[in-house]
Amino acid sequence: MFSAQRIQVLVETALPNCVADVRDDANDGEHFSADVTSSAFVGLPRVRQHQMVYAALGDHMKRDIHALALKTYTPDAWKTR
Amino acid sequence: MTVQARIQKLVEDNRVLLMMKGTPDYPQCGFSMRAVSILRSLGVPFQAVDVLADPEIRQGVKEFSNWPTIPQLFIDKEFVGGSDIMMEMYESGELEKLLEKK
Repeated sequence: MFSAQRIQVLVETALPNCVADVRDDANDGEHFSADVTSSAFVGLPRVRQHQMVYAALGDHMKRDIHALALKTYTPDAWKTR
Repeated sequence: MTVQARIQKLVEDNRVLLMMKGTPDYPQCGFSMRAVSILRSLGVPFQAVDVLADPEIRQGVKEFSNWPTIPQLFIDKEFVGGSDIMMEMYESGELEKLLEKK
């Protein structure tokens, strides 16, 4: 079992001025969705941005988190979403 | 031949490569099915590899592209992303542009 809150802490501490809005949609501790904003994403293609989030989650992504529907934003993109 | 070399060869030999669960006609997972329908709606020929039939590739490709899930799309030897990114790029038109580049 894992929690949206733990994912949020892991991601927000790993990425610079980051805001992670994480939801446990199915309330099952395995399927999550998240909107992650960070200045680290500026200039990076989406797949790199997502890889940074997965890196912040490390082995949890392999063991505990079954699915993570991810949307990533730069601070500007978040304002104009 | 190591699994990483096998994957490298597949990526180099196929302009559009989809690592998926199942086959395009019989996808075995919703995300893989979505990836196939996106590529089919763009009318682009692609090579599919069923990772369920090849457990070595199933694990190896996650390391190869540093990405934890399947499906995985490669275009022109570049890892593009999984089904979420494919959908976002499809909706924004980025995917079509990427495929048009010769």
